[in-house]
Amino acid sequence: MFALYVGLAVAILLIVLNIVLSKLSFPKEGRILAIIVVLVGYIYWGFEPFAHHEMHPHVEDASYAFDGKQDIEALEHAGKDATETKAFWASMAKIAEHKGDAVAGKALVTANCTGCHSIKAEGFAEVMSDADAAVSYGVTPPDLSIAGRVYDRNFLIAFIANPVKAMHIEHKYPVGGEKVFPMPASDFMQPQEIADMVAYLADAASKVPAPKVKEGASEFEISKAANKEVFETACVRCHAMNYAGIQAKTSADAMSKYIGATPPDLSQYIRSRGDHYLHNFINDPQRKLPGTGMPRVGLNEKAQTQVVEYMTQIGDSKKDEREALGPKVLIYLTILAIFALLWKQKIWRDLH
Amino acid sequence: MINESRRGFMGKAFGAVAAVGAVASLVAMKKSWDPLPSVMAAGFTTVDLSKFTGNKLEIVKWQGKPIFILKMAADMPSVEKRSVKVGDNYYSVMIGLCTHLGCIPAYRDTTHDFKCACHGGEFDAAGVHKFGPPPRPLDIPPFTIKDGNTIVLGEAGAEYKALIASLSTDINKA
Amino acid sequence: MAEFEKANSIGEWFDQRLNVKAFTKVMMTEYWIPKEINFLWAMGALLVMLFKLLIITGIFLLMYYKPDVNMAFDSVNYTIMQEVGYGWLFRNIHGVGASVVFLIIYIHMFTAIYYGSYKKGREMIWLSGMLLFVLFSAEGFSGYMLPWGQMSYWAAYVITEIFGGIPFIGGDLVIWIRGNFYVADATLTRFFMLHVLLIPVVLIGAIAFHFYTLRFPHVNNEEGEFFDYKKESEKYLAGDKANSKVIAFWPDFLSKDFMVIAIFMIFFFYLVFYNNGFAMDPVNFDKADGMKTPAHIYPEWYFLWSYEVLRGFFFEIGGISGKDLGLMAFGFAQGIFLVLPWLDRSPMVKPANQRPVFKYWFWLLMADLFVLTIFGKLPPTGINAYVGFFASTTFLGLFISLPFLSKIEAKIVGGK
Repeated sequence: MFALYVGLAVAILLIVLNIVLSKLSFPKEGRILAIIVVLVGYIYWGFEPFAHHEMHPHVEDASYAFDGKQDIEALEHAGKDATETKAFWASMAKIAEHKGDAVAGKALVTANCTGCHSIKAEGFAEVMSDADAAVSYGVTPPDLSIAGRVYDRNFLIAFIANPVKAMHIEHKYPVGGEKVFPMPASDFMQPQEIADMVAYLADAASKVPAPKVKEGASEFEISKAANKEVFETACVRCHAMNYAGIQAKTSADAMSKYIGATPPDLSQYIRSRGDHYLHNFINDPQRKLPGTGMPRVGLNEKAQTQVVEYMTQIGDSKKDEREALGPKVLIYLTILAIFALLWKQKIWRDLH
Repeated sequence: MINESRRGFMGKAFGAVAAVGAVASLVAMKKSWDPLPSVMAAGFTTVDLSKFTGNKLEIVKWQGKPIFILKMAADMPSVEKRSVKVGDNYYSVMIGLCTHLGCIPAYRDTTHDFKCACHGGEFDAAGVHKFGPPPRPLDIPPFTIKDGNTIVLGEAGAEYKALIASLSTDINKA
Repeated sequence: MAEFEKANSIGEWFDQRLNVKAFTKVMMTEYWIPKEINFLWAMGALLVMLFKLLIITGIFLLMYYKPDVNMAFDSVNYTIMQEVGYGWLFRNIHGVGASVVFLIIYIHMFTAIYYGSYKKGREMIWLSGMLLFVLFSAEGFSGYMLPWGQMSYWAAYVITEIFGGIPFIGGDLVIWIRGNFYVADATLTRFFMLHVLLIPVVLIGAIAFHFYTLRFPHVNNEEGEFFDYKKESEKYLAGDKANSKVIAFWPDFLSKDFMVIAIFMIFFFYLVFYNNGFAMDPVNFDKADGMKTPAHIYPEWYFLWSYEVLRGFFFEIGGISGKDLGLMAFGFAQGIFLVLPWLDRSPMVKPANQRPVFKYWFWLLMADLFVLTIFGKLPPTGINAYVGFFASTTFLGLFISLPFLSKIEAKIVGGK
């Protein structure tokens, strides 16, 4: 109905515009042009911004706090009991207050994590091949070399304590349900221990050098390599990126058994979803697409920006060229139009 | 004068023969757009029903069409007229294309119905239209039941014929 | 053959063989156009320009495009968009051009309706123009399928499904058009052929015919005035250009056209570079998947009004199902513009705002088309469905009432 009211306003505007312009003895062609511009503008508004606004309801923008606020709000909004979720995130906030010790954390991580996870940068090799891991766990476990740089600290704390809650996929793995998430919750650990482990991951990640690039590589190449490193850690366990020659670490078959669907190839997602949607979606998939198999992965703001930037560098690789050429073409056309105008005036001088 | 009319006749005769050729070539052109034999032959799909769970929609592909097979859960309203009994359970077997303009409706397991995203049509668990533009219930593909627990799509078996017959008498009564 | 004298210049050499001088006079310097026109009269030349852009960019796209369901999507989105030098530019121009061509067609068409340029001897101009509209629609529709994205697939699916509503042969006809039970490789290859060969060839012929239809009744003018072209052109040729009511096609008319085209190109290339999402729908950057319907299916903006007429009828009336009613209304909407010259029975050839009855009809039609277009994209639920129904019936009502309304106008103005 809103579109109709706007239409009515446009109609009134046109009538007023026409009267005012003719009172001012504005040239007739200018009046016609004004009417057409208003009408075309109205219809464009209707089938583009307005229609998209109607079809894709607004959600809150991405939040990198990872404090459970959104989850609690969503539960309360749906009229469900949020007591347990509130208690969980409150205890996470308590853990976050502890200052972690990386040395102590290393011992804990070695004892608790490297049985499944590799940390290649620290010399912990993979326990088995990607394919075997997918069979054993459902999905290939991530390498943790740069986990401390890619994932938010609060998220990592919550994740170690309770992966299912942190990833916002309780609907897939309800407590006491048939399916169990491959990584066990460690909420029995001491808050200090969890903080130590996260401190170690951050420390290890900070020692990983920037990915190697060819000598004399352009700024674009350097940023692309850095972005790719983050993208591979954050997305490639499940998703492929064909246009960059990247295959998913877990096969499509194994994925479809694991989450009941095949995760899409991300080559063109920057075009099909756009960066705004991607930012909101990656931040918390359940808010944009309730019920989706994709978990919240807990990327911090920088890592998420890098992921989306990488998707642009692969999926819309000519963006820079396009943006550089645009102004030149428009300036040329303006000059052309001026010459066309002068020539027309010269010819029409004789006709009047 | 005789020559004139003969010339006229010959002209018409030439036109007639040319027209025969043109029509014949049109037939050939029409044929070239017919579905290829390999397409026509891709006819049958076999589905094993033993692993199905109630109230969970399974979609299989038959002749490029999605086929909905929905096992009725115990708490779902009885829709005997359009359901097939295989073993101890009732199943809805339907072509999963909205009868309005052919989109694929999505199943909502909380409300036990189908909703079409294209134009808002709704169907109940048995595929009967209950809201929106769809003019008729979801179509039922030809099928036959084999070995007690397997369904073969593309072959009209006794159960299918019985189902269609009961539906058409139903329409006649209405 | 008469003997040729030795030519004294290149121009003369060609003139001997091709009669160039006389031809130029007939086609250009002594082809008369009325002087009382505004920039809306440049839409024809602008359309020619856009059509040329589409053909040229189309040729470059054709060299890398692969009409195969497994390769089409990547050949467009990877090969052309990422690898081919300026491939992205050709694709953006082609995509935006296809959309903008319809904007200009609509402006051109409604200019004709507004100024009554389909009446009194100008019926063939109108008919050939509508033929062009149909051909451009077919060209746009077939081209939209080629990138083989989700919208390509589902638009093709829904539109071919419409033929299924034709009594008796519908079901077989749909399979025949697709070459399969569903939209498949056979469908893609045949629409590829239509898009790059058959329809463009027919289009070029139809454009030539459209120009030819202008020749005898002449182009209409801003006041709908009929005058003696012979007398006015003699005035022009005698040098009294200022007092003549006509101008020459070349250079007078075309100089203005070129100016309009040049200014328009600034806007056009702004869209190509910075705002092409309206012509290249994001959803179409997902590869076609016949087992997964997108959440919202809608045609390109220029088909929205007729799409809304199609789905405006969503309930049974008098024993006829909503689907059949929608199809009938859709068929009516497609055909009715064609017979407009015979529906408008008022003899008046004037701008709509000077016509006592027609002006209301015209602006109501415009408003209705705007409503249909905007609601054609919105999900048809709740109030939207009823707005669609109301706007669709208004559309039908407007055209059914036109013969009577224009007859009333004829009485008021008394044969003028």
